[in-house]
Amino acid sequence: MITKRIIPCLDVRDGRVVKGVNFAALADVSSPVELGRYYSENGADELVFYDITASAEDRALFTDILTQVASTIFIPLTVGGGINSVADFERVLSCGADKVSVNSGALRRPELISEAAKKYGSQCVVLSVDIKRVDGELHVYARGGREDTGMEAIDWLRRGVDLGAGEVVVNSIDTDGVKGGFDIELLRAVCEEVKVPVVASGGAGSADHFVELFRDVPEVDAGLAASIFHFGEVSIAELKKALDENGIIVRR
Amino acid sequence: MTAIVDYGVGNLFSLKSSLGFVGADAEVTGDERKIRAADKIILPGVGAFGDAAKKLRERGLDAVVCDAARRGKPLLGICLGMQLLLDKSLEFGEHEGLCLVPGTVRPLSEVLPDTYKIPQIGWNALRLTRPDCPIFKYVNDGECVYFVHSYHAVDCAGSLAATVEYGIDVTAAVWRDNVFGCQFHPEKSGEVGLNILRAFCEL
Repeated sequence: MITKRIIPCLDVRDGRVVKGVNFAALADVSSPVELGRYYSENGADELVFYDITASAEDRALFTDILTQVASTIFIPLTVGGGINSVADFERVLSCGADKVSVNSGALRRPELISEAAKKYGSQCVVLSVDIKRVDGELHVYARGGREDTGMEAIDWLRRGVDLGAGEVVVNSIDTDGVKGGFDIELLRAVCEEVKVPVVASGGAGSADHFVELFRDVPEVDAGLAASIFHFGEVSIAELKKALDENGIIVRR
Repeated sequence: MTAIVDYGVGNLFSLKSSLGFVGADAEVTGDERKIRAADKIILPGVGAFGDAAKKLRERGLDAVVCDAARRGKPLLGICLGMQLLLDKSLEFGEHEGLCLVPGTVRPLSEVLPDTYKIPQIGWNALRLTRPDCPIFKYVNDGECVYFVHSYHAVDCAGSLAATVEYGIDVTAAVWRDNVFGCQFHPEKSGEVGLNILRAFCEL
């Protein structure tokens, strides 16, 4: 059986992992290489590196870091942040990324998805969508969740998959940062319509939230989180043990 | 030296890094002489079968790889590279493979129950039908490896070396004499994958 995937997400700025990190085992907790290796050795099924830098110089630094990570960590790596063109895909894929996540770049120019899927294959193109409820509707937000596009989220996801996205990340702005659990209602609605792998994001605060996610929405393929792993609130090993005890198949 | 055959298909960064990590002297090359001189050959690949087979033939590397395999040189095909070792593929038409291992490549969509997503993306547990296969020297039954594929190998007969359960028994690895193939990505399968590459490099 295919296993449910657990994916830590690391935001990188100026070559360092941002958001507080609290691991006694690591000498340099903000080193993407060290933290990546730590997660890889402790059961992460995949890593997401999100480039939150703005300048071209910092972008070059990010690709250097990515190259170092990809040379030492042999699990799938997804890269997102600032992906606006096929040239951006090329830039990160040549540094060892396996998948590339697009968000605002695809909202501005949806053909980016089809161009990249045609060149690198759908398996390489991940569509990440930030979603928030507005007057009872599910709206797509752009620019890191700051701007309401007014677009209906399920329509956009469906269109993205038609254009060639091979996987989708569904990030609920409503549950993000609250640590009250994943947005089950939203994820159910997405899984009804989307038949490619779905990664759930936003709201994880405990191992129980992952158990609830995979039990209540069995079509979800993976759970993504940042701070609960970085702060050491839940280790991936403990999380996988909890999932296993609840009959959810994971890689141990 | 282990030659990673470069024929213009896919990203070879991780494969080269992972071989370096297990201590192998590996080189990414499309140079016929270097491939002929190598001790071992790895045939990678992503994308569509027809396009990849064409690129391999245009460079004359199909004959180089087949010659080497027939002379007994260890050859490992990975993902699409494994599929290329077989007789033929039915991905977008019918395309001839290298015919080094019996088998046909067919779409997963023909056989999978509706609840299974295509491509199969993720980690799945190996069932070793041939635990004596040399590349499984350091691998245990039930260990997980990473898959990304929409087509699968069927009718491999006695060459089937491992399967995974994904609605049906999907071919995960093939083995015939000195020729090996993995549908999964050992270079992305953590310690288990590195152990497979290590065992291959020790042949």
